[in-house]
Amino acid sequence: MTTIEHPELEGLGRYEYGWADPDTAGATAKRGLSEDVVREISALKNEPEWMLETRLKALRLFQKKPMPTWGADVSDIDFDNIKYFVRSTEQQATSWDELPADIKNTYDKLGIPEAEKQRLVAGVAAQYESEVVYHQIREDLEEQGVIFMDTDTGLREHPELFKEYFASVIPAGDNKFSALNTAVWSGGSFIYVPKGVHVEIPLQAYFRINTENMGQFERTLIIVDEDAYVHYVEGCTAPIYSSDSLHSAVVEIVVKKGARCRYTTIQNWSNNVYNLVTKRATAAEGATMEWVDGNIGSKVTMKYPAIWLMGEHAKGETLSLAFAGEDQHQDSGAKMVHMAPNTSSSIVSKSVARGGGRTSYRGLVQVMPRATGSASNVLCDALLVDTVSRSDTYPYVDIRNDDVAMGHEATVSKVSEEQLFYLTSRGIPEDEAMAMIVRGFIEPIARELPMEYALELNRLIELQMEGAVG
Amino acid sequence: MSTLEIRDLHVSVETENGPVQILHGVNLTVNSGQTHAIMGPNGSGKSTLAYALAGHPKYTVTSGSLTLDGEDLLEMTPDERARAGMFLAMQYPVEVPGVSVSNFLRSAKTAIDGEAPKLRTWVKDVKTAMDNLRIDPEFSERDLNTGFSGGEKKRHEILQLELLNPTFAVLDETDSGLDIDALRIVSDGVNRFSSGGDKGVLLITHYTRILRYIKPDFVHVFVGGKVAEEGGPELAEKLEEHGYADYVGEGAAV
Ligand SMILES: Nc1ncnc2c1ncn2[C@@H]1O[C@H](COP(=O)(O)OP(=O)(O)OP(=O)(O)O)[C@@H](O)[C@H]1O
Ligand SMILES: [Mg+2]
Repeated sequence: MTTIEHPELEGLGRYEYGWADPDTAGATAKRGLSEDVVREISALKNEPEWMLETRLKALRLFQKKPMPTWGADVSDIDFDNIKYFVRSTEQQATSWDELPADIKNTYDKLGIPEAEKQRLVAGVAAQYESEVVYHQIREDLEEQGVIFMDTDTGLREHPELFKEYFASVIPAGDNKFSALNTAVWSGGSFIYVPKGVHVEIPLQAYFRINTENMGQFERTLIIVDEDAYVHYVEGCTAPIYSSDSLHSAVVEIVVKKGARCRYTTIQNWSNNVYNLVTKRATAAEGATMEWVDGNIGSKVTMKYPAIWLMGEHAKGETLSLAFAGEDQHQDSGAKMVHMAPNTSSSIVSKSVARGGGRTSYRGLVQVMPRATGSASNVLCDALLVDTVSRSDTYPYVDIRNDDVAMGHEATVSKVSEEQLFYLTSRGIPEDEAMAMIVRGFIEPIARELPMEYALELNRLIELQMEGAVG
Repeated sequence: MSTLEIRDLHVSVETENGPVQILHGVNLTVNSGQTHAIMGPNGSGKSTLAYALAGHPKYTVTSGSLTLDGEDLLEMTPDERARAGMFLAMQYPVEVPGVSVSNFLRSAKTAIDGEAPKLRTWVKDVKTAMDNLRIDPEFSERDLNTGFSGGEKKRHEILQLELLNPTFAVLDETDSGLDIDALRIVSDGVNRFSSGGDKGVLLITHYTRILRYIKPDFVHVFVGGKVAEEGGPELAEKLEEHGYADYVGEGAAV
């Protein structure tokens, strides 16, 4: 996820991260889901009894709940064919050299160790298959009491925090996929930032699926204590396989009084991954929560990061970016629930569809009766690069008091012939001109990304736009 | 020496009600070292000619030929024409949000030259060209043409002319909407461009004012989609006095 060149990857085609490592661990992994599988995962992790109970209850909820019939088409997911747990290495490493060579090699190609060396990030977690295989945090942060570890270790070392917060923001039964995640979760990040501590440089997590038909179910829990600040950034990739994998994460965030949390995702799964993620944060009095959610890869994404504005003057902001190419459907958006007076929310969504790809914006703004004096603004712009692609907008608004300022604006536009002509008349080839226009369109969101991610995003867009011009 | 040759050019434009024929057989030859002025009433097809030269997809050449040193421009896409040496300063430059002027200029220069310009000299070249055209350096970071005033857009077109350094420049009413000082600044820019004697300029204008600064070698009167009369600079003076009354009717499109 940095700007390092990968000359060795040239010729892999459009998706640059599609190589696969030898898959010894994954090859022997069991397929299908049952109570036994859940018990086995819990036993392998030596979990406390209450977590096993939580998992089993969630499994029953998962089995009971119907598949969603709205949003993107997920009817092809074959839950019996998925491998729910793959352990790729016995021991978590704190230096890259301790990792098995092929795994280290993969992260090298992705540029993760390099970013850490260059101090672009203050902590790194790298998840490979089901578990976090590498983990490091800067010492000064640790000294200030910042906790950044994988969620399995978090559960072992901070049981009191888990009892209080785990599944408190997103209950297992919230939806079919949050139930599934709660039943079989493994890995993910656990972050606690103590009162008043500002983590100025982002913490980064990187998720990699290597096994075919793998299900990755990471679970992330972030608690930002009063007046603290943290920026968490996650990226992800997977090999290109002919049959599908499933990524179904749950991310819960608690932003306490006066605190601020920003959560940035650049989702770049390969085009055979179903990406069905539940993300939700609560923001207490005067707190700010920001989701920056970029969806570039995957076959199907359904993801609507939510913010519950629980305390007066809480603020929520979602910047959502979706890019759908051939055979991709990005069904994404945001959800804002105003629970307290004088809360404010803003949703900015930009989507680009090309090559028959499809983007949908789906958003809900809900303002409760006691949330007087609240304000919300929604802006969605969709750009169609050609005539075979599609974009839809599903904005839902539920306002239950009269003292609310609400703004909504939505546009769907085509790449303008005049803009293309202007750029090409200056010698710029048409595909490059198209990429410039698309990058210009998403610039308001790219601007919000850390520099190296913005550059990475630009490169991804360029790869996606290759061949966009007939 | 380079030659831009327009032979019996017929052009139609794509409209909502189907194609409409606009140009009815234009003949014009521009050699490097020459400046040609084109004058003509509104709607006579001057911009259509300019767009057809640059290869705008809405304008279809139905017959005739367009060559640059014998090379068939009609076979080329707009970007290929630009790389072959054509440049069009547009009457209405379009806004491209999110694309910065500096990024745009560097991309265009790289495309035209086939390699990225050397950073150090490029930054200096851009600065010099902007100084020449009295463009505030802050424009580098602004979005391309976005929110530019009419006059700023025109100066920015000439900035590109200076930096991209084509062989043939078509200037479509670059003088319209310019204040007196800007007219001078822009004219100086065009003259700097053509001063080496190896460039051709096709200047579309409504006013003789600019012709005081940019001296044309030839003046063409454009009416009803073709050239109705040709002459030297004195023809412009005559037009200023008499208007187009002598030509309309005779050559007007039906
Ligand atoms: N894209 C278009 N759609 C519809 N009609 C067009 C289009 N482009 C040109 N025309 C028509 O073609 C004719 C010539 O237009 P053109 O812009 O070439 O004139 P012009 O000589 O440049 O005029 P002006 O001096 O006003 O700039 C006009 O009648 C115009 O309405
Ligand atoms: Mg015109």
